[in-house]
Amino acid sequence: MIINHPLLGPRDAQEFTYLGDASLINRPDWQATDAQDQFYDYLYLRNNPAGLHRELWFHEIGDRSWLVVTRDTVTHEITKVEMASDVAKEPGRNQ
Amino acid sequence: MRYSGFRVIKEALTGHKGWTAAWRDPEPQTHYDIVIIGGGGHGLATAYYLAKKYTKKRIAVLEKGWIGGGNVGRNTTIIRSNYLLNGNEPFYELSLKLWEGLEQDLNYNAMVSQRGILNLFHSDPQRDAFVRRGNAMILNGADAELLSVAQIRDRYPFLDFENARFPIKGGLAQHRGGTVRHDAVAWGYARGADQHGVDIIQNCEVTGFRIENGRCKGVETTRGFIGASKVGCAVAGSSGRLMAKADMRLPIESHVLQAFVSEGLKPIIPGVITFGAGHFYCSQSDKGGLVFGGDLDGYNSYAQRGNLPTVEDVCESGMALIPALGRSRLLRMWGGIMDMSMDGSPIIDRTHIDGLYFNGGWCYGGFKATPASGLVFAHLLATDTPHEVATEFRFDRFRRGYMIDEKGMGAQPNLH
Repeated sequence: MIINHPLLGPRDAQEFTYLGDASLINRPDWQATDAQDQFYDYLYLRNNPAGLHRELWFHEIGDRSWLVVTRDTVTHEITKVEMASDVAKEPGRNQ
Repeated sequence: MRYSGFRVIKEALTGHKGWTAAWRDPEPQTHYDIVIIGGGGHGLATAYYLAKKYTKKRIAVLEKGWIGGGNVGRNTTIIRSNYLLNGNEPFYELSLKLWEGLEQDLNYNAMVSQRGILNLFHSDPQRDAFVRRGNAMILNGADAELLSVAQIRDRYPFLDFENARFPIKGGLAQHRGGTVRHDAVAWGYARGADQHGVDIIQNCEVTGFRIENGRCKGVETTRGFIGASKVGCAVAGSSGRLMAKADMRLPIESHVLQAFVSEGLKPIIPGVITFGAGHFYCSQSDKGGLVFGGDLDGYNSYAQRGNLPTVEDVCESGMALIPALGRSRLLRMWGGIMDMSMDGSPIIDRTHIDGLYFNGGWCYGGFKATPASGLVFAHLLATDTPHEVATEFRFDRFRRGYMIDEKGMGAQPNLH
């Protein structure tokens, strides 16, 4: 697989390590009253779709940036690559 | 029809006209007492033990393709019970005991071959860990023996003992481990279940569940609605896809695992060997092909094929362990989809929906578990209580903090 890095261009997927579903960016608030339930969902449950999947890849042997890759889990086709920091900031977070 | 040597001779002398189909091909009825989704090893074994041991009720197995066409036909056929944790080891030891009596029980030649499995270690800490594991196995009634380098040299002279980075320091052997002809397991269970009255319905894909007031009333399929008092799902690999139809999110990711077979060679490798310094295992099939595999590709996938970097990685590990491997040519390779659970252990449990039961999350250890998985899932379906060796394979263990994490990797499925 080739991952088209937004800053570096097309890079071999071997340079990256895989973490998992992009929802892992949104860590729940540990002070929420239902934090225990939220963390159970966050840590253990997955949508695990057959089809388009947004997922976190780390450019370990490259610029060490985190990317959000949109990839089809049935065909392995990659349709979109974003910087994870941009994705994280979208809902209004400052980091 | 009972199979026997006498029957083979008789049929040979009478032109093989007496053989009948090993199982029927029935039309689905409108209602069953128990419907099992998934005609693989686990689903068929569940139906077999349900019908044989637990209940006289009407049972059906629904399979979207042909039976045995999924993971039971795509694995590397190894059986063993060399686990450490109390939640796992009694279950896998029961499974190995069932393998030992399987062919007589089923009256079917599944080519169960207890040629032994050897886990190599390459450092002192690893030896300590293996000693501990061996003791845990013995405490649970399994067999384990720590082999010295001299003993291993005697039996496996072709290993790279003096590898500069990973010299072999010894190994933990389980002599009762081995291999089984995987397709025959599916066929044997299918035949056995059919003889006990189970309807095996192929080309019947489940497209949805009919759930009313928190109770599962049956399944929608490509061959119409099939009502059921209880529905058991045994579709490891596709669990995420199937249970999404019941609006369930699982502690499971689907990953692709590749396996390899070389061209046929004369006998060289006795038993199963695993490399302790990388993820690589190898055995030799009865046809002579070297059967081997290694790590997952590492990313979510429902494609039954992987990518080349993993091929290279597996072959490098293989060369580090068995240099002679480089002289053989690869005949074929393939990928299978694994239910990778959050702690590397399976789930056999009721769901929060009444009448809906789940069996999955087998990671890449599903094949060896087939008989015990079938037995304990049948027990659960028939009695609504977990079998005594499967009390820890529960959905809520993650919420409660009682993971069965053999490798201590945490909730990172691609590392288990």
